Amino acid sequence: MPDLRQKILILYSRTPDLNSEIGSWAIYDGTGKERHTTGDSDTPPYASVFAAMQDGWRVIQFPQLFPAYPGMELSTSYLRFEYILEKMEEVDGG
Amino acid sequence: MAVDRKHLLTSVQMADFVADGLLRFDALIPEEINREVMRELDERRINFGYEPQGQPLDELWRESRGIGAMIRLPQVQGIIQSLVGPDPLYDHHCPHQVPPGHVEGQIWHADAIIDTRQHFDIQLFYFPHDTPREMGGTMFLPGSHLRRIHETDIARHQNFLGQMPIVCKAGTLVVGHHGIWHCAQPNLTDKLRYMFKLRLNPTVRQLRLWNTDDLNDPQIPGILFRNHRWYGNDDRLEYANRIKFWRFLTGDDGYDAHYWLTRIENMPERIAL
Repeated sequence: MPDLRQKILILYSRTPDLNSEIGSWAIYDGTGKERHTTGDSDTPPYASVFAAMQDGWRVIQFPQLFPAYPGMELSTSYLRFEYILEKMEEVDGG
Repeated sequence: MAVDRKHLLTSVQMADFVADGLLRFDALIPEEINREVMRELDERRINFGYEPQGQPLDELWRESRGIGAMIRLPQVQGIIQSLVGPDPLYDHHCPHQVPPGHVEGQIWHADAIIDTRQHFDIQLFYFPHDTPREMGGTMFLPGSHLRRIHETDIARHQNFLGQMPIVCKAGTLVVGHHGIWHCAQPNLTDKLRYMFKLRLNPTVRQLRLWNTDDLNDPQIPGILFRNHRWYGNDDRLEYANRIKFWRFLTGDDGYDAHYWLTRIENMPERIAL
Protein backbone atom coordinates (compact mmCIF):
# COMPACT_ATOMS: atom_id res chain seq x y z
CA MET A 1 0.00 0.00 0.00
CA PRO A 2 1.38 3.42 -0.90
CA ASP A 3 1.77 5.79 2.02
CA LEU A 4 -0.48 8.69 1.00
CA ARG A 5 -1.05 12.17 2.39
CA GLN A 6 -3.66 14.72 1.53
CA LYS A 7 -2.78 17.88 -0.32
CA ILE A 8 -5.40 20.64 -0.15
CA LEU A 9 -5.96 23.41 -2.68
CA ILE A 10 -8.36 26.22 -1.77
CA LEU A 11 -9.55 28.27 -4.71
CA TYR A 12 -11.81 31.27 -4.47
CA SER A 13 -13.69 31.45 -7.72
CA ARG A 14 -14.92 34.86 -8.79
CA THR A 15 -18.37 33.43 -9.53
CA PRO A 16 -19.92 30.04 -8.68
CA ASP A 17 -19.12 28.96 -12.26
CA LEU A 18 -16.24 26.50 -12.03
CA ASN A 19 -14.76 28.02 -15.17
CA SER A 20 -14.46 31.52 -13.76
CA GLU A 21 -11.21 33.24 -12.83
CA ILE A 22 -9.54 32.62 -9.46
CA GLY A 23 -9.36 35.54 -6.99
CA SER A 24 -7.62 33.85 -4.07
CA TRP A 25 -5.69 30.63 -3.54
CA ALA A 26 -3.92 28.60 -0.88
CA ILE A 27 -2.13 25.26 -0.76
CA TYR A 28 -1.62 23.05 2.29
CA ASP A 29 0.58 20.06 1.48
CA GLY A 30 0.25 17.14 3.88
CA THR A 31 3.27 15.43 2.35
CA GLY A 32 5.47 18.24 3.63
CA LYS A 33 7.15 18.59 0.25
CA GLU A 34 5.79 22.08 -0.33
CA ARG A 35 5.57 24.85 2.22
CA HIS A 36 3.35 27.81 1.46
CA THR A 37 2.77 31.03 3.33
CA THR A 38 0.99 34.32 2.82
CA GLY A 39 2.06 36.40 -0.13
CA ASP A 40 4.22 33.71 -1.73
CA SER A 41 2.78 34.03 -5.22
CA ASP A 42 1.07 36.68 -7.30
CA THR A 43 -0.64 34.42 -9.80
CA PRO A 44 -2.99 31.53 -9.04
CA PRO A 45 -1.77 27.99 -9.71
CA TYR A 46 -4.74 27.36 -12.04
CA ALA A 47 -6.86 29.57 -14.19
CA SER A 48 -10.07 28.09 -12.75
CA VAL A 49 -11.43 25.32 -10.56
CA PHE A 50 -12.18 23.38 -13.71
CA ALA A 51 -8.55 23.70 -14.86
CA ALA A 52 -7.45 22.25 -11.52
CA MET A 53 -9.87 19.35 -11.98
CA GLN A 54 -8.33 18.67 -15.37
CA ASP A 55 -4.97 18.38 -13.62
CA GLY A 56 -6.26 15.68 -11.30
CA TRP A 57 -7.57 17.66 -8.32
CA ARG A 58 -10.79 16.35 -6.78
CA VAL A 59 -13.34 18.89 -5.56
CA ILE A 60 -14.27 17.89 -2.02
CA GLN A 61 -16.31 20.92 -0.96
CA PHE A 62 -18.65 23.18 -2.88
CA PRO A 63 -19.63 26.56 -1.48
CA GLN A 64 -23.29 26.69 -0.60
CA LEU A 65 -25.37 29.66 -1.57
CA PHE A 66 -27.40 31.26 1.17
CA PRO A 67 -29.90 34.08 0.83
CA ALA A 68 -28.78 37.27 2.56
CA TYR A 69 -30.04 37.84 6.07
CA PRO A 70 -32.69 40.59 6.14
CA GLY A 71 -30.89 43.90 6.54
CA MET A 72 -27.56 42.44 5.42
CA GLU A 73 -28.28 42.28 1.69
CA LEU A 74 -25.48 44.69 0.75
CA SER A 75 -22.94 43.56 3.35
CA THR A 76 -19.77 41.78 2.31
CA SER A 77 -17.59 39.64 4.52
CA TYR A 78 -15.93 36.30 3.74
CA LEU A 79 -15.16 34.96 0.29
CA ARG A 80 -18.31 33.22 -0.82
CA PHE A 81 -17.41 30.96 -3.73
CA GLU A 82 -14.56 29.02 -2.24
CA TYR A 83 -13.89 25.51 -3.53
CA ILE A 84 -11.73 23.03 -1.67
CA LEU A 85 -9.88 20.43 -3.71
CA GLU A 86 -7.59 17.56 -2.82
CA LYS A 87 -4.99 15.26 -4.23
CA MET A 88 -3.62 12.24 -2.45
CA GLU A 89 0.12 12.09 -2.90
CA GLU A 90 2.70 9.56 -1.89
CA VAL A 91 5.25 10.54 0.71
CA ASP A 92 8.92 9.67 0.24
CA GLY A 93 9.67 6.09 1.23
CA GLY A 94 6.03 5.14 1.00
CA MET B 1 -2.47 71.50 16.20
CA ALA B 2 -3.55 73.85 13.41
CA VAL B 3 -2.98 72.39 9.96
CA ASP B 4 -2.31 74.47 6.87
CA ARG B 5 -4.96 73.76 4.26
CA LYS B 6 -2.27 72.83 1.73
CA HIS B 7 -1.45 69.75 3.80
CA LEU B 8 -5.00 68.42 3.87
CA LEU B 9 -6.00 65.56 1.59
CA THR B 10 -8.01 66.28 -1.54
CA SER B 11 -11.42 64.83 -2.36
CA VAL B 12 -9.78 62.64 -5.00
CA GLN B 13 -7.44 61.22 -2.36
CA MET B 14 -10.40 60.66 -0.03
CA ALA B 15 -12.21 58.80 -2.82
CA ASP B 16 -9.09 56.65 -3.21
CA PHE B 17 -9.26 55.92 0.52
CA VAL B 18 -12.93 54.95 0.22
CA ALA B 19 -12.19 52.64 -2.72
CA ASP B 20 -8.92 51.10 -1.52
CA GLY B 21 -9.04 51.42 2.26
CA LEU B 22 -5.56 52.89 2.33
CA LEU B 23 -3.38 55.71 1.10
CA ARG B 24 0.33 55.43 0.48
CA PHE B 25 2.85 58.25 0.81
CA ASP B 26 6.26 57.16 -0.41
CA ALA B 27 9.38 58.59 1.27
CA LEU B 28 7.28 61.25 3.00
CA ILE B 29 9.27 61.37 6.23
CA PRO B 30 12.69 63.08 6.06
CA GLU B 31 15.79 60.99 6.54
CA GLU B 32 16.88 62.73 9.77
CA ILE B 33 13.59 61.71 11.41
CA ASN B 34 13.83 58.17 10.05
CA ARG B 35 17.33 57.85 11.52
CA GLU B 36 16.17 59.19 14.88
CA VAL B 37 13.21 56.81 14.90
CA MET B 38 15.55 53.89 14.31
CA ARG B 39 17.72 55.08 17.21
CA GLU B 40 14.66 55.41 19.47
CA LEU B 41 13.55 51.91 18.58
CA ASP B 42 17.01 50.34 18.86
CA GLU B 43 17.62 52.02 22.21
CA ARG B 44 14.09 51.36 23.45
CA ARG B 45 13.50 55.06 24.01
CA ILE B 46 9.94 54.42 22.87
CA ASN B 47 7.81 52.03 24.92
CA PHE B 48 7.18 48.85 22.99
CA GLY B 49 4.06 48.27 25.10
CA TYR B 50 0.91 50.34 24.86
CA GLU B 51 0.70 53.80 26.38
CA PRO B 52 -2.52 54.54 28.33
CA GLN B 53 -5.23 54.20 25.70
CA GLY B 54 -7.77 56.87 24.86
CA GLN B 55 -5.52 59.82 25.66
CA PRO B 56 -5.10 62.75 23.26
CA LEU B 57 -2.40 61.99 20.70
CA ASP B 58 -0.96 65.47 21.27
CA GLU B 59 0.08 64.45 24.79
CA LEU B 60 2.30 61.60 23.61
CA TRP B 61 5.95 61.63 22.62
CA ARG B 62 6.24 65.40 23.07
CA GLU B 63 9.99 65.30 23.57
CA SER B 64 10.63 62.68 20.89
CA ARG B 65 12.63 63.83 17.87
CA GLY B 66 11.83 60.57 16.11
CA ILE B 67 8.32 59.17 16.46
CA GLY B 68 7.01 62.41 17.96
CA ALA B 69 8.59 64.50 15.21
CA MET B 70 7.14 62.19 12.57
CA ILE B 71 3.64 62.67 13.96
CA ARG B 72 4.10 66.44 14.26
CA LEU B 73 5.17 66.85 10.63
CA PRO B 74 2.65 69.18 8.95
CA GLN B 75 2.14 66.68 6.13
CA VAL B 76 1.33 63.90 8.61
CA GLN B 77 -0.92 66.18 10.64
CA GLY B 78 -2.75 67.04 7.41
CA ILE B 79 -3.35 63.37 6.64
CA ILE B 80 -4.53 62.65 10.18
CA GLN B 81 -6.82 65.66 10.33
CA SER B 82 -8.36 64.88 6.93
CA LEU B 83 -9.35 61.40 8.06
CA VAL B 84 -10.07 61.56 11.80
CA GLY B 85 -10.15 65.29 12.41
CA PRO B 86 -8.47 67.48 15.00
CA ASP B 87 -7.60 66.18 18.46
CA PRO B 88 -7.58 62.43 17.72
CA LEU B 89 -7.12 59.92 20.49
CA TYR B 90 -4.29 57.44 20.82
CA ASP B 91 -5.70 53.92 20.56
CA HIS B 92 -2.50 51.90 20.60
CA HIS B 93 0.86 51.65 18.93
CA CYS B 94 3.14 48.76 18.16
CA PRO B 95 6.69 48.75 16.87
CA HIS B 96 6.61 45.58 14.76
CA GLN B 97 9.85 43.68 14.38
CA VAL B 98 10.46 40.83 11.94
CA PRO B 99 13.75 39.11 12.66
CA PRO B 100 16.26 38.26 9.93
CA GLY B 101 15.76 34.93 8.22
CA HIS B 102 12.08 34.75 9.19
CA VAL B 103 10.55 32.66 6.39
CA GLU B 104 6.91 32.52 7.50
CA GLY B 105 4.45 35.20 6.54
CA GLN B 106 2.02 36.35 9.18
CA ILE B 107 -1.52 35.08 8.65
CA TRP B 108 -3.99 37.42 6.97
CA HIS B 109 -6.09 39.38 9.43
CA ALA B 110 -7.91 42.61 10.10
CA ASP B 111 -7.18 44.26 13.42
CA ALA B 112 -9.52 44.22 16.42
CA ILE B 113 -13.00 42.73 15.97
CA ILE B 114 -15.99 43.04 13.67
CA ASP B 115 -16.64 46.76 13.50
CA THR B 116 -19.94 47.85 12.03
CA ARG B 117 -19.45 51.61 12.25
CA GLN B 118 -19.32 54.02 9.35
CA HIS B 119 -17.18 56.08 11.71
CA PHE B 120 -13.68 54.74 11.39
CA ASP B 121 -10.27 54.67 12.98
CA ILE B 122 -7.07 54.94 11.02
CA GLN B 123 -3.83 53.07 11.38
CA LEU B 124 -0.50 54.57 10.40
CA PHE B 125 2.00 52.04 9.09
CA TYR B 126 5.38 53.75 9.05
CA PHE B 127 8.44 52.20 7.42
CA PRO B 128 11.50 54.03 8.80
CA HIS B 129 14.07 52.23 6.65
CA ASP B 130 14.26 50.94 3.08
CA THR B 131 12.11 47.83 2.69
CA PRO B 132 12.85 45.71 -0.40
CA ARG B 133 10.55 42.79 -1.22
CA GLU B 134 12.90 40.23 0.31
CA MET B 135 12.51 42.11 3.59
CA GLY B 136 8.72 42.13 3.58
CA GLY B 137 7.12 44.51 4.19
CA THR B 138 3.48 44.54 5.24
CA MET B 139 1.13 43.00 2.67
CA PHE B 140 -2.23 44.74 2.19
CA LEU B 141 -5.34 43.72 0.31
CA PRO B 142 -6.71 46.91 -1.27
CA GLY B 143 -10.47 47.14 -1.12
CA SER B 144 -10.92 44.73 1.79
CA HIS B 145 -11.69 47.36 4.45
CA LEU B 146 -15.50 47.32 4.27
CA ARG B 147 -15.78 43.56 4.76
CA ARG B 148 -17.31 42.59 8.07
CA ILE B 149 -14.96 39.90 9.30
CA HIS B 150 -13.50 38.99 12.65
CA GLU B 151 -9.72 39.30 12.87
CA THR B 152 -8.00 36.05 11.82
CA ASP B 153 -11.12 34.30 10.50
CA ILE B 154 -9.56 34.91 7.08
CA ALA B 155 -6.33 33.14 8.00
CA ARG B 156 -6.65 30.15 5.68
CA HIS B 157 -6.12 32.38 2.64
CA GLN B 158 -2.58 32.78 1.38
CA ASN B 159 -2.73 34.89 -1.78
CA PHE B 160 -5.14 37.21 -3.55
CA LEU B 161 -5.17 38.80 -6.96
CA GLY B 162 -4.05 42.38 -6.45
CA GLN B 163 -2.41 41.90 -3.05
CA MET B 164 0.03 44.73 -2.40
CA PRO B 165 3.30 44.28 -0.50
CA ILE B 166 4.79 47.52 0.72
CA VAL B 167 8.15 47.65 -1.02
CA CYS B 168 9.37 51.11 -0.28
CA LYS B 169 12.00 53.66 0.50
CA ALA B 170 12.69 54.80 4.05
CA GLY B 171 10.11 57.21 5.38
CA THR B 172 7.12 55.70 3.62
CA LEU B 173 3.78 56.01 5.36
CA VAL B 174 0.70 53.94 4.63
CA VAL B 175 -2.53 55.09 6.26
CA GLY B 176 -5.20 52.45 6.44
CA HIS B 177 -8.87 52.18 7.39
CA HIS B 178 -9.20 50.04 10.53
CA GLY B 179 -10.81 47.23 8.52
CA ILE B 180 -8.05 46.69 5.96
CA TRP B 181 -6.81 43.09 5.61
CA HIS B 182 -3.07 42.78 5.99
CA CYS B 183 -0.20 40.54 7.10
CA ALA B 184 3.51 40.91 7.77
CA GLN B 185 5.68 39.29 5.15
CA PRO B 186 8.77 37.10 5.61
CA ASN B 187 12.11 38.81 6.12
CA LEU B 188 14.68 36.87 4.09
CA THR B 189 17.49 39.37 4.69
CA ASP B 190 20.05 39.31 7.49
CA LYS B 191 18.71 42.52 9.04
CA LEU B 192 15.93 43.18 11.55
CA ARG B 193 12.93 44.83 9.94
CA TYR B 194 10.90 47.52 11.71
CA MET B 195 7.45 48.86 11.02
CA PHE B 196 5.81 51.26 13.44
CA LYS B 197 2.04 51.06 13.69
CA LEU B 198 -0.20 53.64 15.35
CA ARG B 199 -4.00 53.51 15.64
CA LEU B 200 -5.99 56.71 16.13
CA ASN B 201 -9.65 57.35 16.99
CA PRO B 202 -11.67 60.39 15.89
CA THR B 203 -13.25 62.75 18.43
CA VAL B 204 -15.38 64.62 15.89
CA ARG B 205 -17.92 63.61 13.27
CA GLN B 206 -15.91 62.62 10.19
CA LEU B 207 -17.64 65.10 7.93
CA ARG B 208 -15.76 66.96 5.14
CA LEU B 209 -12.57 67.19 7.20
CA TRP B 210 -10.33 67.38 4.14
CA ASN B 211 -9.81 70.09 1.49
CA THR B 212 -13.12 69.86 -0.36
CA ASP B 213 -12.25 72.31 -3.14
CA ASP B 214 -12.39 69.42 -5.63
CA LEU B 215 -15.50 67.77 -4.17
CA ASN B 216 -17.15 67.64 -7.59
CA ASP B 217 -14.11 66.33 -9.43
CA PRO B 218 -15.40 64.19 -12.30
CA GLN B 219 -12.89 61.44 -11.47
CA ILE B 220 -14.61 60.61 -8.18
CA PRO B 221 -17.48 58.38 -9.41
CA GLY B 222 -14.95 56.32 -11.38
CA ILE B 223 -12.67 56.00 -8.36
CA LEU B 224 -15.57 54.85 -6.20
CA PHE B 225 -16.20 52.13 -8.80
CA ARG B 226 -12.60 50.89 -8.89
CA ASN B 227 -12.77 47.11 -9.22
CA HIS B 228 -10.21 45.19 -7.25
CA ARG B 229 -9.60 42.01 -9.16
CA TRP B 230 -10.12 39.61 -6.27
CA TYR B 231 -13.73 40.72 -5.70
CA GLY B 232 -15.44 38.68 -8.36
CA ASN B 233 -19.20 38.78 -8.17
CA ASP B 234 -19.20 40.90 -4.99
CA ASP B 235 -17.86 43.98 -6.77
CA ARG B 236 -21.27 45.62 -7.09
CA LEU B 237 -21.95 45.19 -3.39
CA GLU B 238 -18.62 46.88 -2.66
CA TYR B 239 -19.61 49.82 -4.88
CA ALA B 240 -22.90 50.19 -3.03
CA ASN B 241 -21.08 50.23 0.30
CA ARG B 242 -18.58 52.79 -0.98
CA ILE B 243 -21.42 55.08 -2.09
CA LYS B 244 -22.85 54.83 1.43
CA PHE B 245 -19.41 55.60 2.89
CA TRP B 246 -19.05 58.63 0.59
CA ARG B 247 -22.49 59.86 1.72
CA PHE B 248 -21.30 59.56 5.32
CA LEU B 249 -18.09 61.47 4.65
CA THR B 250 -19.67 64.26 2.59
CA GLY B 251 -22.99 64.54 4.44
CA ASP B 252 -24.78 64.26 1.10
CA ASP B 253 -27.43 61.63 1.73
CA GLY B 254 -28.57 61.79 -1.87
CA TYR B 255 -25.16 61.16 -3.41
CA ASP B 256 -25.02 58.36 -5.91
CA ALA B 257 -22.71 57.11 -8.61
CA HIS B 258 -23.98 55.39 -11.72
CA TYR B 259 -27.54 55.33 -10.25
CA TRP B 260 -26.88 52.28 -8.10
CA LEU B 261 -28.49 53.26 -4.81
CA THR B 262 -31.05 55.56 -6.39
CA ARG B 263 -32.51 52.55 -8.16
CA ILE B 264 -32.92 50.36 -5.09
CA GLU B 265 -34.09 53.25 -2.91
CA ASN B 266 -36.89 54.11 -5.33
CA MET B 267 -40.10 53.14 -3.55
CA PRO B 268 -42.74 55.54 -4.85
CA GLU B 269 -45.93 55.89 -2.85
CA ARG B 270 -47.77 58.29 -5.14
CA ILE B 271 -51.08 56.86 -6.27
CA ALA B 272 -51.57 57.10 -10.02
CA LEU B 273 -54.92 58.69 -10.82
